[in-house]
Amino acid sequence: MAQTKLILADGKSFAGVEASKIKKGRPGEVVFNTGMTGYVESLTDPSYAGQILVFTYPLIGNYGAQSQKNWESQKIHVTGVVVSELSPDWSHADSQQSLISWLNEQNVPIISGVDTRALTKHLRTRGVMNGVIGGKLNDLRGYFYRTPKVLPTEPKIYNPKQKKTVVLVDCGAKENILRSLVNLGLTVKRVPSGYDFTNEDYDGVVISNGPGDPTDYPEAINIIKKLLKQSKPVFGICLGIQLMSLAVGAKTYKLKFGHRGHNQPVKNFDTDKCYITSQNHGYAVDAKSLPAGWRVTYKNLNDDSVEGIVHKFKPFFAVQFHPEATPGPTDSAWLFNKFRELL
Amino acid sequence: MSSLKLKKVLVLGSGGLKIGQAGEFDYSGSQAIKALKQEGLQTVLVNPNIATVQTDADMADRVYFQPLRADVVSKVIAREKPDAIALSFGGQTALNLGLELAESGVLSKYRIKVLGTPIKSIKVTEDRDLFKTELAKVAVKTPISQAAYNISQALRAAAKLGYPVMLRAGYSLGGLGSGKISSPDVLKQKVREALKAVPQVLIEEYLDGWKEIEYEVVRDGAGNCITVCNMENFDPMGIHTGESIVVAPSQTLTNSEYHSLRGVSLKTIEQLGIIGECNIQFALNPKNGDYRVIEVNARLSRSSALASKATGYPLAFVAMKLALGYRLDELTNSVTGSTPAFYEPALDYLAVKIPRWDLSKLKSSDRDIGSEMKSVGEVMALGRSFPEALQKAVRMLNIGADGLSSHKFNFQNPKAEISKPTDSRLFAIYECLKAGLTAEQVSTKANIDKWFVTQMARIAVHEQKLKGSKLNQALLRQAKQLGFSDKTIAAFQKSDEESIRSLRKKWGILPVVKQIDTLAGEFDAQTNYLYMTYHGSEHDIEPMASKAVITLGSGPYSIGSSVEFDWCAVNTVKTLQTYNLPTIIINSNPETVSTDYDNSDRLYFEQLTLERVRDIADFENHSGIIISVGGQIANNLALPLHQAGYKILGTSPQSVDRAENRQKFSQMLGRLRLDQPEWTEVSSLSKAKTFSKRVGYPILVRPSYVLSGGAMNVVRTERELKGYLHRAAQLSPDHPVVISKFIENAKEFEIDGVAANGQILIYAISEHIENAGVHSGDATVAYPAQKLYLETIRRARQITQKIAAELKITGPFNIQFVAKDNAIKVIECNVRASRSFPFVSKVANHNLIQIATEAMLGVEKPQAYQTMDLDYVGVKSPQFSYNRLKGADPVAGVEMASTGEVACLGDDLLEAFWASWLAADQTVQGKSLFLSITDAFKSKLLDEIKQLYSQGWHFYTTAGTHAFLTREGIKSKLLYKIAENKEPGLASAINQKKFQLAINIPTGQKDQSDGYMIRRLCVDNHLALVTNPQIAKYLMMALVNIKNREAEPKSWQEFVARKEQPLNGQTTKLL
Repeated sequence: MAQTKLILADGKSFAGVEASKIKKGRPGEVVFNTGMTGYVESLTDPSYAGQILVFTYPLIGNYGAQSQKNWESQKIHVTGVVVSELSPDWSHADSQQSLISWLNEQNVPIISGVDTRALTKHLRTRGVMNGVIGGKLNDLRGYFYRTPKVLPTEPKIYNPKQKKTVVLVDCGAKENILRSLVNLGLTVKRVPSGYDFTNEDYDGVVISNGPGDPTDYPEAINIIKKLLKQSKPVFGICLGIQLMSLAVGAKTYKLKFGHRGHNQPVKNFDTDKCYITSQNHGYAVDAKSLPAGWRVTYKNLNDDSVEGIVHKFKPFFAVQFHPEATPGPTDSAWLFNKFRELL
Repeated sequence: MSSLKLKKVLVLGSGGLKIGQAGEFDYSGSQAIKALKQEGLQTVLVNPNIATVQTDADMADRVYFQPLRADVVSKVIAREKPDAIALSFGGQTALNLGLELAESGVLSKYRIKVLGTPIKSIKVTEDRDLFKTELAKVAVKTPISQAAYNISQALRAAAKLGYPVMLRAGYSLGGLGSGKISSPDVLKQKVREALKAVPQVLIEEYLDGWKEIEYEVVRDGAGNCITVCNMENFDPMGIHTGESIVVAPSQTLTNSEYHSLRGVSLKTIEQLGIIGECNIQFALNPKNGDYRVIEVNARLSRSSALASKATGYPLAFVAMKLALGYRLDELTNSVTGSTPAFYEPALDYLAVKIPRWDLSKLKSSDRDIGSEMKSVGEVMALGRSFPEALQKAVRMLNIGADGLSSHKFNFQNPKAEISKPTDSRLFAIYECLKAGLTAEQVSTKANIDKWFVTQMARIAVHEQKLKGSKLNQALLRQAKQLGFSDKTIAAFQKSDEESIRSLRKKWGILPVVKQIDTLAGEFDAQTNYLYMTYHGSEHDIEPMASKAVITLGSGPYSIGSSVEFDWCAVNTVKTLQTYNLPTIIINSNPETVSTDYDNSDRLYFEQLTLERVRDIADFENHSGIIISVGGQIANNLALPLHQAGYKILGTSPQSVDRAENRQKFSQMLGRLRLDQPEWTEVSSLSKAKTFSKRVGYPILVRPSYVLSGGAMNVVRTERELKGYLHRAAQLSPDHPVVISKFIENAKEFEIDGVAANGQILIYAISEHIENAGVHSGDATVAYPAQKLYLETIRRARQITQKIAAELKITGPFNIQFVAKDNAIKVIECNVRASRSFPFVSKVANHNLIQIATEAMLGVEKPQAYQTMDLDYVGVKSPQFSYNRLKGADPVAGVEMASTGEVACLGDDLLEAFWASWLAADQTVQGKSLFLSITDAFKSKLLDEIKQLYSQGWHFYTTAGTHAFLTREGIKSKLLYKIAENKEPGLASAINQKKFQLAINIPTGQKDQSDGYMIRRLCVDNHLALVTNPQIAKYLMMALVNIKNREAEPKSWQEFVARKEQPLNGQTTKLL
């Protein structure tokens, strides 16, 4: 197999093997995820849009590519994939094809045979940066990672005619957020993040995850400002917590290399209980900037960053991690129940 | 913060290494003690396993080398008055003992708190009915099953489920008594057997073809819960996890499977109320994701030791802290030093564990594997691809296989072998793949997930490429990434190992060093836990800043190489550290303390092969390699490493060779005019026959460079000679086979010692209770020697001086002697630490390994050591695992069969002997015993039999012994032989437990006759069995004199304090 390279914006390159039919990828922000399973869910997570995803776990593709019911959206969102070993064979009852054939089908390049540990250490030390698979350093010149738009175009109703209806503000929502809400017997009205629903009829709102920098969502922030003037239950997830924070005047900042993995420890300081969580974000809320009326409920035990906030009086709360999991641990799935109870 | 106000904690160990319970509990116990000491708590440890690190002087404050029995531990509790007891660090032995102490009221009487998981929860996990009921409350699925307390209940339950069914015995360790049952007849037999050991069995649905998955779960008292790692068995359900090849993390599970099982784990452990660590086992249906919880072990286990080593998460240490009341988020991840212990390790490599079996050493034991454990040890290999880790692990096993392609098994029908698992199935699968079976076919036949098989097929395909084409860079690099050794590649290319190595270097195909940091590189971690891989472009670390000493560990536990060598390696490193020397350890055995990364400056969890040791030595900055403390695997590398130009510390490798090579050694003894049994090197069968005729049978056949008497045999007739010679030649093909006169009825004794430049610094003489002919590893050994003549001692010392001087020994050594009719003959010399080093070191209270290490460093410490005239005695007994090995004949011989050992201290020989015998899991209740003694020993044992008789003992006998005792006026009940099929017969007497102890002294002839049947029945019925006349004599003496004496158990510290009293006796300084 032909040799190829992952080129990083700082000039460093990592050698590997050209594994897919696409010889030359598009530039993207190179990030790493430390989860040991769930590559299908990660690849279809819209939050990775525009990013080149490095799996630190070295054996990827072992169980093939599962059918769409396991996907987190309608397609693969990453710009490229970097692995150490792409399993040439696969085995699982749920899968119909190999990972490589799926990637080829979706025109997503993958480079294998990379020393992903060395690459991860590089990103950890230097911070995440842009890169390109099979291209040249020149390809990165003038490229800036911009928050991609992965929104639906119009509102859609799921599980109609239930007692309660919630709005899912979709900034690139993972399917399992929708599934979790539907499983609780809720009617879900899924709306694009720029869609103003605040004058419509609903019982509560979930603000979803999504890719990129939260400050790139000004329309959504304006709508959330209006929303938070009301008193209906609001539950923010991942990008959701950042948008809610920005809407109330708090600040967000970019983490050096983000939190992407299935082993992120968080603690709820109200109950003293700790949870292992699934995470995928590059930005975080600045605790000190939170206005009066809000307080931090969860923190990350590794770096003390904000993992959850709550309004002191109104039924608003948000978490930085992913209670819907997929991929990752389901410890905090009960947050959906908590939200359901508030309705 | 610890919420408990404690001062003193009692820790229970796990005793001698046996199948199902090996050295992993030295790891967990040591970590627990370290955790307690860090809290400033006093610790008391009961563990008769003297060869452990946990029983070292710098560990627990008080160590009791005493049997792990409720009566003994109750006495220890009465005198030590601890506030709390830790039950979960000594395996099933400690857990069962703890339950017994709780039931009998001892714990409540002395107000002792049980640390960690409460007794109530332990009981739920140990009783299958309670367990299922409890889990059903939270809708967690367990196998459909029914408990049975007798045979008819069992039959009814099985009929309802339909055959095959799974039989499980409660309270068992290592799945003893469990298995797949296909018919009512077999069920009857197995249930009858199992109910002898346990009160209850379980008849369960048989989950054919389901995957077996485990999670290691940690939970604190506040309910915070994590899974440290999951593990997937390569082998399907039905094969005990201890018998399975295991990978961590799981390889074939999707996210939803992984996390749904993880979720069930958390829910289960919460419901059970576990505090600390536990292991949960699942069956997973690969077709639809359905699951069953098979069992929960509410304690540290073999799997937790593996998980700890596979991930770097210090499970036992954390479990102890949680038991003291800490929360997970209060403790620090010791690898990063900055993040909390509340997290789940993310691996960026995989770990492959393969069990190590020694079935060939245990004659007539069958080779099938299943739901009962038979393996004696395991290895773990780390790599960044499955083929790389798998082939590494195969080499680590030290079974003569240099990878999947080069093994020594001969398969008549490999296809049959893969559907019926045996100890060599992995190789049979490989052969089938090479023979053209598809991965699909193999997967179906073997019930092994296709992914694993396709990975093996990649190796097979590459083997063909390597055989058929000229080597180029790509081919060689890929071969290394697929785990082929230089030696194997050389064989395929008709080249040699050294040339392949040079080529690799020329082409820059070198392994890189990677760290195990528990978090896949996400944060900077100062970890010293390392492995090597060919899937990488950069080293994680730089070579050591200053020159380090590399110590080679002992590899997997096997018969003959057990925890004692790990003790030696750990103590070597401890000594190096006292001289501020940087230390590096290389070892491949996850069940050890030496592979705890807090014991050395750098730990390479790697293969102990010439190639890999060189790779590490080439990368690192080092001043030399110590090969003499890791047993035979390390020792065998002495000469090759030396020849390749590496510096070996201690005795020169040529001298090692002169001692190991039987021919060279025998010639040397001849030149030094030291007596040895007549010997010859064998080049042909006819020459062997002529020699044997001349010196007279029996003769001893032995290969060179083999530990624990592999293929060593006493041959009594010319007829047997051919077969044994062939076996010996096969085992050690590069070295000559030597045969020698076997001396019967002789006394055997050993000298363990340390020399510097050929001058002896310290020596310790111990004697075997059994006469010569029992392998030294299976012998019961008393130290200091109690029954040797002073003259014998003096002459042995002189012989030792001559040998040490001739070989210019610097470091540890061991010499074995036989004495008969005033003649002393040398039978063996090992220029390395021996199995008995920890034993004599602890009894003498002089650490021979410390002295040996100092000698190798050239540290001069003129000092005299008192090693002879001690005010107490230590006796070491072998621990056998025959009840695990169906069909094996439980008679000790020249080839070693014990899996571990225990040692106890006593005021005199008999007291120490009795304690030690009990400590090896043997017991005598009541006052009746069975006697069947071969003619030669009847009168020799008469005195003791008479004394027992006068004390009211009852005897059951076979015809010959019955007639003899009747003539002597001793009544006994005659039992008919099993073959005679008449009542009162032996078989029914054993089944009805008419007696608890059987003394069966066979003739020297190997027999499959009635004697074998008696021995086997006793073992299968959990009766104590004695087959050696000297042991029988001592045991009967102990029954007469000691059994009912209320002896107070004394700690090691109390015994050795006596020794510190000034004595004007002789010293052993021999300068």
